[in-house]
Amino acid sequence: MTPEDFDYLRKMLRERSGLVLSVDKQYLAESRLLPLARRHGFASVGELVAQLKMPSCTLATEVVDAMTTNETFFFRDKIPFELLRDSVMPALLAARSHTKRVRIWCTAASTGQEPYSIAMTLREMGARLAGFQVDILATDLVVGALDRARNGLYTQFEVQRGLPIQLLIKYFTKVGEMWQIAPELRAMVQFRPLNLLYDFSTLGLFDLVFCRNVLIYFDQSTKVSVLDRIARQMPDDGFLILGAAETVVGLTEAFTPHPDKRGLYRPSNAGAPARLGAPKLAVRA
Amino acid sequence: MKTCLVVDDSSVIRKVARRILESLDFKIVEAEDGEQALDACRQQLPEAILLDWNMPKMDGYEFLRMLRRMPGGDKPKVVFCTTENDVAHIARALHAGANEYIMKPFDKEIVEAKFQEVGLI
Ligand SMILES: C[S@@+](CC[C@H](N)C(=O)[O-])C[C@H]1O[C@@H](n2cnc3c(N)ncnc32)[C@H](O)[C@@H]1O
Repeated sequence: MTPEDFDYLRKMLRERSGLVLSVDKQYLAESRLLPLARRHGFASVGELVAQLKMPSCTLATEVVDAMTTNETFFFRDKIPFELLRDSVMPALLAARSHTKRVRIWCTAASTGQEPYSIAMTLREMGARLAGFQVDILATDLVVGALDRARNGLYTQFEVQRGLPIQLLIKYFTKVGEMWQIAPELRAMVQFRPLNLLYDFSTLGLFDLVFCRNVLIYFDQSTKVSVLDRIARQMPDDGFLILGAAETVVGLTEAFTPHPDKRGLYRPSNAGAPARLGAPKLAVRA
Repeated sequence: MKTCLVVDDSSVIRKVARRILESLDFKIVEAEDGEQALDACRQQLPEAILLDWNMPKMDGYEFLRMLRRMPGGDKPKVVFCTTENDVAHIARALHAGANEYIMKPFDKEIVEAKFQEVGLI
C-alpha cells in the first residue's frame, strides 16, 4: 500500500465510522485488511484500496468492518454493572414508579456481551423489578457483530472471560462446543444496526445510556457531537455510563460526572448542551 | 504472597499453571492427585487451589468434599480446572463447594479473570 493509498483509507474510515487511524498505524491496516483482500482475490492490500476508489465498489462496508475493534467481554470492568444494580436502577425504579417503564440503550454493543450483561444484572435483581417493563436497545455499526449477538452463541473462551460460573450455568445452555444464552434473556434485548456518526434522534428517550469503549476511537469533535446528541435523547434525570478510559471532562458541558461514582454521568440541567452543527442525516451505505 | 496448590496429574499442565500463577504473584505447591493434595493441605492450608477433576487415586471432586470437611477447609478458594465442560459437572462441583470453574484449555487471561472473580487477586 502506497502512502497515498493509506491516506485514502484513513480518510474513508474517518468519514464512515469515525475511526481515527494515526499515520503510524499502516501495519495495523495491512494486517487487518490482508485476509479481506485475499478473500476477494486481490494480491495485496494496495490492490484492494485501488478497487475501493472505484465509484462502483461495494467493498467499503467490509473494509470498515474489518478495521473496527469488536473486542468485548461479559461484565467488562465489573463496576458499571455494580453501579447499574446498586445506584442507577434503584434511582430509576423510584423515579419511574408511575410509568413503570425504563429504557436502556447500549450504543456500541458489538457481539452482545455488554447488553446481555445488563440483562443478567436486571434478572438478578429479581422481584425489585416486578411490574416494570425494561427495554434494552443494543446497537452497533457492524452488522456481522449484531448477527452474532442476536444468536447469543459464545465460545468456551468467551464465556470464561468475566462471566461468573454461577451465571453461566444459570443463563446458558451448551450447544455443541458453544454456549447459548437463554431465550428469555435474548428476548430482553433488541439489536439494531446504527452508526453513531449519523442522526439517531428518532430513537426516543433513554433513561440510561451505555457508551463504552467506542468514543476512544473518535477524534475530539466527533466525541463532542456524539455526547451532545446522546444528551438530547435523555431526560434530565437519566444516566450515562462511559468506558474506563473515557470521560466528558474537557469535551462537553452536556453531562456532569457523578461526584463519587467513577464512570457515571448525569445530564447537566444547568445550561443547555453546546449545540454543534446538525449531524449528517444519512443512512449507512 | 498467597499460596496456590496446583493439583493435576499432568506435569505439563502443572508447569503451565505454575508459570501463569507465578506471574500473578502466587507461591506454588504442586500435587499429582487428590491424596497428595490432602497431605499438602494437612501440612498447610493454601489460600487457593487449582484443581483437576480426573486423577488417579483420588479425583478432584472427592478431594474437594474431604477438604471442605477438614478444620479450616472452608477457607481455601477452590477453582476447578478440568476438561469436564458440561453443566452437570459444573453444578456438582459448585454443590460440593467449588468457588469457580475453568474449562480446559485455559490461558492466563482466563485464570486471571477467575481468580479475580473469587477475590484472590
Ligand atoms: C471495543 S468495542 C466495545 C464493545 C462494548 N461496548 C464494550 O465496552 O465491551 C467497540 C464497538 O464500537 C463499534 N463502533 C465503532 N464505530 C462505531 C460507530 N461509528 N457507530 C456505532 N458503533 C461503532 C464497533 O463496531 C465495536 O463493536
